[in-house]
Amino acid sequence: MNVTIVDYNSGNISSVINSFKEVAKDKVTIEVTSDLNKIKSCDKVVLPGQGSFKSCVDALNKIKGLTDILNEFAITNKKPLLGICVGFQMFADIGYEENETKGLGWISGKVSKIDNQNGKFKLPHIGWNQINIVKDSKIFKDIENNSHMYFVHSYELVPNDKKVISATTDYSSNIVCSVEKENIFGTQFHPEKSDRIGLKIIDNFINL
Amino acid sequence: MLKNRIIPCLDVKNGRVVKGINFIDLKDAGDPVEQAKIYSDGGADEICFLDITASNENRDIIYDVVEKTSKKCFVPLTVGGGIRSVEDINKLLNCGADKVSINTAAVENSKVVIDSSKKFGSQCIVVAIDAKKNGEKWEVFTHGGRNNSGIDALEYARQMEESGAGELLVTSMDRDGTQVGYDIDLMSKISSKVNIPVIASGGVGNLDHLVDGIKLGKASAVLAASIFHYGKHSVKEAKDYLDSKGIPVRL
Repeated sequence: MNVTIVDYNSGNISSVINSFKEVAKDKVTIEVTSDLNKIKSCDKVVLPGQGSFKSCVDALNKIKGLTDILNEFAITNKKPLLGICVGFQMFADIGYEENETKGLGWISGKVSKIDNQNGKFKLPHIGWNQINIVKDSKIFKDIENNSHMYFVHSYELVPNDKKVISATTDYSSNIVCSVEKENIFGTQFHPEKSDRIGLKIIDNFINL
Repeated sequence: MLKNRIIPCLDVKNGRVVKGINFIDLKDAGDPVEQAKIYSDGGADEICFLDITASNENRDIIYDVVEKTSKKCFVPLTVGGGIRSVEDINKLLNCGADKVSINTAAVENSKVVIDSSKKFGSQCIVVAIDAKKNGEKWEVFTHGGRNNSGIDALEYARQMEESGAGELLVTSMDRDGTQVGYDIDLMSKISSKVNIPVIASGGVGNLDHLVDGIKLGKASAVLAASIFHYGKHSVKEAKDYLDSKGIPVRL
């Protein structure tokens, strides 16, 4: 089996690479690439993303054909894909960071700024927060409810269809922090930075 | 609920861990990679490396240290010290740092903060403020505490937030290495001035100081070196203590 981490200049992805390699050991090949053919033929895709919604979408669109290949992989062929942080936010139809920007449209909904309630909540939401698991998700196998995960973000994905939500976290309001829609998985938190429990989520994804 | 973070800081010089008293009189105390691993296994919420003499000496060793550490520690790693440019930041992030903390370069040219937060995202840009009290105000120092910029620390904190900093790491120069506690006045004033998280640093001598930093200093995270590093307290002990005082921590 091989898992591909999409390298599309979306900011710092070394931690994602290190964590997947740590979990995969020698059993699974971890490829880091923007090569369309390699992405097309691999078994699973990881879509990381740091920085703003707009900068990530722009970076994705800069690589000709990449969005089409990802659509084919996740929507047509229904192969497992995991989005992390902005990689997850890009599943939405639209994002409002910097300018209004069109997302991948896989999860109907929008990405907007977290309400800081007039400064009561500091932004970015940085640090360890507990996840409230609201539905069984394959990536949460052996993950206890209320586990701590590492977050760093100022924007949140608000899906229209609440059925896709697999976990929320409490910061200002109930922020959606994980989704599962058929073969599509996403986490707002960083499993690659969430200690052993985060590595377990990565392990679950690899072993899907 | 979001937890307050405990961040052990390792001062690194020539690839070795040291911790000075008021930035001088350094003692050698171990290998940073192993130390970081011990901390992350022990429940540290993040790890911070400060390459303290980086402005004057060979910097390449730190890249190697960061690369090795990031392959062993799966909690956030912040690296600071001697960062001059967007390219320096790029290099550290590529080696596996999750955040960088910028001190002197941010004072001299805020464009470094503006450009790097645009390029890499605010989430990985920490601005480190070394502040020293002068009369009624605090002034920002640069070059590892050697030069006084004369800039007002509170005003500067607000400017850095505007420039794109995701967090502020505030060190009291008066308290650093003294073990008499954080400068609570400084921490709470800066924390009230900005809407981004503040990490309190400089002066921790016991666990009550950590409690004060969060409760009175309004810090989102507390950074400490000596109390952890010389085995006085483990991170676990610190967290249990904070928990007993009603402070939310990740246990």
